[in-house]
Amino acid sequence: MMEMVSRPYARAFEAFAAGNPDILCLSADLTSSCEVDGFRDRHPDQFLSLGMAEQNMMSFAGGLGLAGYRPFIHTFGVFMYRRPYDQLMASIAYPRRKVRLMGFLPGVTTPGGMTHQSIEDISVMRSIPNMTILETGDATEVESICEAADSIDGPVWCRVLRGSVPRLFDTPIRVGEMRELSSGDDILVVTSGICTEEAMRARSALARAGLSIRHLHLHTIKPFDAQALLDHIGSVRHGVITLENHVTEGGVGSLVAETMADAGAGKRLIRLGLKDTYAHGGSRAYLMRHYGLDALALVEGIEDLTGQAFGITEGDLDAARVDDVHSLVKAEAL
Amino acid sequence: MRNERTTEEVALGIRRRVFEHSMRNNGGYLSQACSAGEQLAWLYNEELKLGAPTLPMIPKPFEGVPSPSNPDYHTGAGYNGPAAPEFDRLFIAPAHYALVAYATLIEVGRMAPEGLEMFNKDGSSVEMIGAEHSPGMEVHNGTLGIGLSTGAGLAWGRKRRGEPGRTWVFMSDGEVQEGQTWEAVQAAAFHGIDNLYAIMDVNDQQCDGAMSSVMEVGDIKTKFRTFGAVCVEIDGHDVQAMRDAVAEPHEGRPLIILARTSPYRTMPILEERFPRLHYVRFKSEDERARMNVSIAADLGVEPVDYSH
Ligand SMILES: Cc1ncc(C[n+]2csc(CCOP(=O)(O)OP(=O)(O)O)c2C)c(N)n1
Ligand SMILES: [Mg+2]
Repeated sequence: MMEMVSRPYARAFEAFAAGNPDILCLSADLTSSCEVDGFRDRHPDQFLSLGMAEQNMMSFAGGLGLAGYRPFIHTFGVFMYRRPYDQLMASIAYPRRKVRLMGFLPGVTTPGGMTHQSIEDISVMRSIPNMTILETGDATEVESICEAADSIDGPVWCRVLRGSVPRLFDTPIRVGEMRELSSGDDILVVTSGICTEEAMRARSALARAGLSIRHLHLHTIKPFDAQALLDHIGSVRHGVITLENHVTEGGVGSLVAETMADAGAGKRLIRLGLKDTYAHGGSRAYLMRHYGLDALALVEGIEDLTGQAFGITEGDLDAARVDDVHSLVKAEAL
Repeated sequence: MRNERTTEEVALGIRRRVFEHSMRNNGGYLSQACSAGEQLAWLYNEELKLGAPTLPMIPKPFEGVPSPSNPDYHTGAGYNGPAAPEFDRLFIAPAHYALVAYATLIEVGRMAPEGLEMFNKDGSSVEMIGAEHSPGMEVHNGTLGIGLSTGAGLAWGRKRRGEPGRTWVFMSDGEVQEGQTWEAVQAAAFHGIDNLYAIMDVNDQQCDGAMSSVMEVGDIKTKFRTFGAVCVEIDGHDVQAMRDAVAEPHEGRPLIILARTSPYRTMPILEERFPRLHYVRFKSEDERARMNVSIAADLGVEPVDYSH
């Protein structure tokens, strides 16, 4: 049984930030939805409410950076780059302000539909000079995200999980590294965020089918250790498959493709994720199935890559967790 | 299909439906029914000039997002009737008011009650945050602050084409914190867009609680006037005040009605949770049971049997 951790960010942020006078907690009317309501109540002198006004908040944070502070901005990821993109560029990224952008509800982890789902943020952030990109895939990574982000001399984009989060790893994020979760030699699977748990669900079924999988989990998307990836690619027979909670253009799939092309790595690559489409509202498990981001989609991708059919069905995969929409650990609202 | 019932009766019906839904689901956007019940009831029951619905009473399932490979894509605007020149158009700018808007469609006979049972169900078009394919919606507004601008553009375009129909935007007060709202008013005044109408639910609350504790917005009536709108402030639970407000002359300017409301109107027990009413999730079975009995009595219905 997988350990589930309730609201890991709430505890981690408070433990990290409380009492450090240079760290400020900024919020745009989603304080409890981003699990920093307790911090606000217990450390009001380190908390700044900026209202539902994200454009101002981004440039304001840039100004705080100029004054020597390290602001942690909390809102849903989608509201932190779509409307205030210009402010993010001019006030934060270009001058390399030490602003930590804590983006909640990445990709299809929200039922809020198109306006709430950040499905192209990694693509956007990857193309911004000076930006560092981190993504959490389990509770341990959420618990270490503040420290990891704050170790960077410049702005950092973080995809943060909230609510009830599984514990998959026992070591914190080490910026710039990647996790090698299995070391097979048939196929390289590269995942990030919530898709790593999906790939792990398929692990035993794929092993029973006789496949030897090498599985990498990426918590650091930029900067990226290209040589480490190429070494892994060199040690598998068939090819590479990526699975991400994001569009396949510009995200982890593109990152792997670019790395392979740059090095002339002549192996096949299959990129799974949102295929040049918007998503809609619904539960996370439903959306992951509908748009092909789950364990079964990965199995089908591997069948495509190897040209073999394994006859693996949903029943052969490890059980999926189903979140209770109204569970008490779920943060307030959308 | 208009005026068979009074607007007050429609407002009560909306609140009963949202109450029942929230009880069954252990939570929901319940306070928005308290604050906005009369406004949406008034718009649909009296004020809007709309044709008969063009979409099925029982909503179709989700049929895909807009894309070149989805040629039959359409929005949920057909629940408001056809987009003919003589008819009005309505946007629900704060898309989290969708539950209240769907309840309104049912109360005025534009959607079947089954529609609400599809709310937030996987594969349904009746989404929690109203999407443009959801019943009664024509554009996506879940990112707050964009509705009035879209309304201004549509109104300007319709005016240029000589269409007599008006464009209405239902807004929330949280939206005044977004700079875009003010850019919209500025543009509407500059371009003389007087076929643009907005009614705003000024319930003084947002996600984090009381607006004054999150980001003070000051005297918004004066601000709207200074930006070039004609702005009338009313008691948002007084239907006659709405009828009077819309008669306000506003040639060459948009008309904005500020409806001052209470987020626990008709459900006084919700005051216990004030000012954290943006999304009511019952904190315990005891609270759920107490609120069930109390609100049911206030609304003149039996308590909801949510055990199965
Ligand atoms: C641009 C944007 N920022 C943040 C949000 C998240 N959000 C949804 S509703 C809301 C509160 C807005 O205030 P209001 O609509 O007045 O809320 P209510 O009266 O219903 O409590 C916020 C911050 C959003 N939907 N869009
Ligand atoms: Mg409000």
